[in-house]
Formats: sequence, C-alpha cells, structure tokens
Amino acid sequence: MTGELGQLALCFALALALVMAVSGLMGALRPSGLVARRTATSSAMGLLVFVGLAFGTLTYAFVGSDFSIMAVANNSHTLKPLVYKISGVWGNHEGSMLLWVLVLALYAALVAGLQRGGERLTSGALGVQGLLAAAFLLFILFTSNPFFRLDPAPFEGAGLNPLLQDPGLAMHPPMLYAGYVGLSAAFSYAAAALLVGENGWARAARPFMLIAWIALTCGIALGSWWAYYELGWGGFWGWDPVENASLMPWLIATALLHSALATEKSGAFRTWTLLLAIAGFSLSLIGTFLVRSGVLSSVHAFASDPTRGFFIMVLIALAIGGALALFAWRAPTLQGGAAFDTVSRETALLLNNVFLLAACACVFVGTLYPLVLDAVNGTKISVGPPYYALTFAPIFFALLLLVPFGPRLGWKRGDLKAAWRSLYPALGLAAVAALAVLAIVAPRTLAATGAFAMAGWLIGASFLEIRKRKGARASAFAAVLAHAGLGVTLMGVAGTTAWRSEALTVLASGQMMTVGPYTLRFDGVTREQGPNYIADRAHVALMDGGKVRTMLLPEHRFYPAEGQDMNDTAIHTTGLRDLYLALGDDRGGGRFTLRAYVSPLAPLIWLGGLVMALGGMLSLWGRLRAPAPEQEPAAPAVALAAE
Amino acid sequence: MNAKQKRRLAFAAALLAAGSAVAGVIVYGLGQNTMYFRSPSDVAAKQVDEGVAFRLGGLVEKGSVQHGAGADVHFKVTDGKSTIPADFNGVLPALFREGQGVVATGALDGRGTFVASEVLAKHDEKYMPPEVVEALKRSGRWKEGAQ
Repeated sequence: MTGELGQLALCFALALALVMAVSGLMGALRPSGLVARRTATSSAMGLLVFVGLAFGTLTYAFVGSDFSIMAVANNSHTLKPLVYKISGVWGNHEGSMLLWVLVLALYAALVAGLQRGGERLTSGALGVQGLLAAAFLLFILFTSNPFFRLDPAPFEGAGLNPLLQDPGLAMHPPMLYAGYVGLSAAFSYAAAALLVGENGWARAARPFMLIAWIALTCGIALGSWWAYYELGWGGFWGWDPVENASLMPWLIATALLHSALATEKSGAFRTWTLLLAIAGFSLSLIGTFLVRSGVLSSVHAFASDPTRGFFIMVLIALAIGGALALFAWRAPTLQGGAAFDTVSRETALLLNNVFLLAACACVFVGTLYPLVLDAVNGTKISVGPPYYALTFAPIFFALLLLVPFGPRLGWKRGDLKAAWRSLYPALGLAAVAALAVLAIVAPRTLAATGAFAMAGWLIGASFLEIRKRKGARASAFAAVLAHAGLGVTLMGVAGTTAWRSEALTVLASGQMMTVGPYTLRFDGVTREQGPNYIADRAHVALMDGGKVRTMLLPEHRFYPAEGQDMNDTAIHTTGLRDLYLALGDDRGGGRFTLRAYVSPLAPLIWLGGLVMALGGMLSLWGRLRAPAPEQEPAAPAVALAAE
Repeated sequence: MNAKQKRRLAFAAALLAAGSAVAGVIVYGLGQNTMYFRSPSDVAAKQVDEGVAFRLGGLVEKGSVQHGAGADVHFKVTDGKSTIPADFNGVLPALFREGQGVVATGALDGRGTFVASEVLAKHDEKYMPPEVVEALKRSGRWKEGAQ
C-alpha cells in the first residue's frame, strides 16, 4: 500500500507544482492578480506537504525493509543499521532525486512563507520555482520512479555500497542539495525580477543565497572530510570531477553573495548580479548532471540509463536557455547600475567577482575538457592536481591578497591609503607567520611560507576588524568571520601538503614502526563481527616512552551482503596534528601492511570551513531578525544609495 | 567621448585583458598537465617515452601478483592482447583482485615496467571503470554481461 500512497502523493505534487507555476507567473505579470498570488502561496505549502508525504513513504519503506519496492530492494538490507537504512533513501538515484525535489519544495515553502520582497516579485519567484519542481517531478515519475514495484518481491535486499555507510556521507548529500537547490531560490527571484522589472530582488533573495552558501560550504567540507578518513590515502581534496562539481557552484555562490551586496547597498552591478544568480543554479544543474548521469565514473554515479541523462540535459538546456533568453529580453529595460569611484568597495567587490569567476573557469575547463575530448575523438585523458596548482592556486591566492581591503573601503568612494595604513598590523602578523615558518619548520617550501603569510594577513585583518567593531551587532562580524575562516583552512591545507610524513611497512605482531614523531607497536589482528560486516581489526599501540598512550584500531571490512571490501582508517588527533592509520594487505604469517601518515594542521582544513559557515549563519541571523537594511558604521552612503 | 564612456572603455579593456590572461593560463596549464589513458595494447603499439606519466588500465593478470620486499607489489596489467608488468610500492585498494579491473597512474621505467604511483580499483563488484571496459572491447576480450 505504502508504495501506491507515495506514487499518488507524487502525482498530486506534480499537479500542485503546475498550479503554482501558472498562478505564480500570472500573479507576477498582472498587478491585479491577487487571487493568483494567493493560489501560488498555498500551492507552495501543498507542494511541500505532498512531496514530504512521498519522501516519508519512501523512508518508511526503507526503514521497514519493504523489498517489493525496487529502490529498497536494490539499496537496502535487513541487517543494515537504522541510520544507514534512512540514509539509503538518498543513497540511490531515485531517492536522491526525490530528496532534490523535497529540498526544492522546502525552499518554495520558505519563499511563500517569508514573503520577502514585493508581492509580485514573490509570486514570480514561486512561479519559476513551480516550473522547476514540475520538471523534476516529471523526471522522477517518468524515468526514475522510486516507488517502482518488484513482483515477486525478493527475500533480501542487495545492500548499500559500504563506502556510503558512514555518518559523514549520510549527511553529505542533504547538505549539498540544500546548497545546490538553495541556489534555485536565487535563480527564481532573479527570473521573477526580470519579469516584473523590480530591483529590490537582491535583498529579498539574500537569505536564500546565504542558506545555500552555508549549506554548500558545510557540504563540501563534509565531503572532503569523508574522503580524508574513508578513502585511506590521507588526502582531503583530489580535484576529482565530482568534487569540482560542488566547488563550482560554491565559487559562483560566493561571487553572488558579494555582488548582490553591492547591488543591494549601492545599486551597482544590477544586471551582473542577475546573471550570476542564473549562472549559480546552472552550475548546480550541470553538477547534478555530471555527478548523477554516469558520465563520470565514481561512487556517485547511480544512473547509467541514457534516457535519464538525456532528460536532465534537456532540463538543463531549458532552464539555462530560458533564463538567458529572459535575461537578454528584459535586462536592458532595468535601470542601469549606479556609478562608483575607482577606489571604492564596489571596485573591491568587482575584483572579488573577477577572481572568483576566473578560478571557476579554471575548474570548469579542467573538469569538462576531458569529457569534451572523449566525446569528440575518443581520446581519454585526465587532468590532475598539477593543472589546478598551476591555474586555480595563483588566481585564488591573488584573490585572498585583496580580501582584507574590501571591508575597509567605503561604498561609492574609498580611501585606499587609510585602508592600507589600518592594515599595517596584519602585514606585521603575516611577516611574523612567514618568518616563524622559515625558522621552525622543515622542509622550507615557498608555497607553505606564502600560505602562512597569507593566513596571517587574513586572520590579522579580521582581528583588527573585530576590534574596530566592538559592540556592534553580531551580524556585523559575519564577513570578518568568513574571511578569517579562509585563513584557517589555508593553514590546514598548507600544513598537510608541505609537512605530511608517511610510513609504509609490513609488520608482524609485536614489531614497531615510527612515523614523524610517533612510535607505534603492532599488536596483531583480530576478527570482529560488525552489524552487517566482518572486520579484520588491527590493534596498534601508540607508544609514549615505554607505555601505551592509546590504541588505534584501523579495520579492513568485508560486507557479505554487498560482496565488497572496505578499509576503515583510525585517526588520533591532537586538534593540531593527525596521526592517520590504514590497514593494508594481509601478507601471510600474521604480517600485515600498515600505512601511517602524520598530517600537521589537518583538522584546521575543516575547522576553517566551519568558521566560514558560522560567518554565513551570523549574517543570516541578522537578516532574518531585522529585515530592514543593515547599517554599517563605516559607510554613511548606504542609506542614500539603498533604493 | 565623454568621461563615462571612457571609463566604460577602460573597464571593458581591463576585463578583456584579464579574460585573455586567464584563458592563457588555462591553455598553458592543460598543455602541461594532461595525462592520457592507455591500455596495454596502446602502450605496446605506441612508443611511450619513459618517465612520461599516463594512466594504465586493464585487468590484473591472473597469477601475476607477487609481493616483494617491504610494501613492494609486482603485478601485470593485461587487456588480453598485450601485457605490461607493473610495480607499486604502497597499499593496494581493498577491491584490488587478480582478474579484475584496475587503473594505475604512473610512468614507464627504462625496462618497460610501469611504475605506479597510485592504483585504483573499481568501486564495487558491479562496477568496472568505463575506460577499462572500452580497452577490453577494443582488444576483443569484452563479453557483454560476463561480469
């Protein structure tokens, strides 16, 4: 019964999405369309209810192991722990698309509930949101129905890829989707602004941009953390196309946050911000296509059915093409941007956008060039980390160099000399950081020294700003915190990249190994029974003098239901340094290969991400608490320029 | 030309310069850093210079895996037509098996042995890297549905 209920809910949801699309657009185009606008609002709520019902039904089927539903039979197993039964809902193509639509409906309901911006603007945003929801619901119902029945139902499910059975990865897709789809709200507002001809959209859409950006930041950090502890190679970012697919929307979303601020506060970059909102969601769609269609070979590629790839491609073409056509048609009718001085915060934000877009272009080409080349003449190539070190890294470095200036320049007209002078202490901190790195740590590398100087520059500037703004409301510290987070992450990246030490040895029980400052003793391997796996668990003692300080237990797991092997690493962290241990091959006679890494500062990578997200949350909190325009102490021109 | 137009022109010129600089960096970066995917037959047919990094994909030949001193592993990668010996010092992925698909990154040494810096195996038993499937198809060793 539950399957049919879910199916029915999806059909109702599709009908409501269509109603919402039509009434929303009508309400936007007709100044007198009050009924249409109300209909759009209530259908947004209805959409959430029905998509939620469908999602709940699927979750119920997963939790209850209802193997008569194909998605459950293919991706679940009775022995799986409850949390992975639930995360299995989105650990497959059909369920993950349903999650996508659920998040879309959630944002639509938020747009309808908050009613930010003018009535017609909100209505138009709901209309576009409805179109998107309808398109994705059609996609689900026709190519990826999660409620497809199996008759006869199998006795047991096929299980879930063990790599996905992990708490970090259980949370990673919902987080990332909240980000991807959050950009749809900015997209819808932008399209509505073009339709209605309203300029206040940037302020109306800002909370959604912020939520999307926070979620993307957390999602990327979670994914990178998972890759670090799960994949056993000690790295945190591999420039894999799948990772790039999430990084590109983040770069654009970051550019959008900055550009929209200028649009909102001083009226600059009106059309440009619209274009960024369209580009951000377009890259989310392209990312989804790349990741889900099976074009890329990875753990994420659920769908290898060509009709699905084709459908998503048509959907992308319609969304991007439609939005760009609307842009070309309506953008010239909008008021031109406000003028600003060459030295001003607007210029700083413009440079921010130029660098972020350039960085995004590098990632875009590096990701798509191999695919294009393969499609054109069948040549198989791959573009690895050295390409990004040569292109992305210097561009991003240049961007970071400019970050501290932005908040110190006034809107319309800034004082570069004063900004520069106020940054002297940060420059001092940068010099100290560079010298400290050169004096204390070996090996000395130019990249690490530069990175630490940069981190000192960013964090120092943030501290200065915090001191200056003492007593201001919490949201005034949002940007400061986000910028400091960049410095923290940079230190983590530089530390692990430059100073990681590695040891690889074959040990018998009782033998010792050393890695970096640590001495380890291998105490043999025991066979353990997990809830749905069998593990070889290595017992490794971290020695402190003659005593055992702590035990590390890396495992090699075998999942019989899935017929798969997986390594589970053990990490001992001091907060500033990780000792990372992976169990390798059984070499016979009780001898095993052990791989150990010491990664200095590794935890800072994700701590920095958290600090950035926290910055975003502060800003969001300020926005939702006080919808009135924010007054910044350093910029008296704001009040004049705002609308 | 008034002041506003002049500013616009300067702005457009700056943007154009920045754009071309980025394009230049990208093209240069791609030229320096692309790695080709080759099957053992490709390696045998084309002269690949020693030390040039590429990705080698195929099946791990049955009975070819030998452990050397420490964490050294020797194995052979085959696509049915040609076979290339490979050396690796490191921990093999959990899904590395004789007779199964593998993709390795590395370069040839002077003796025609592939020295791998990284070895990837497939993600699960249903999955085979598409490059390997294609290499096997080209050498005529691919059986549809045989996996």
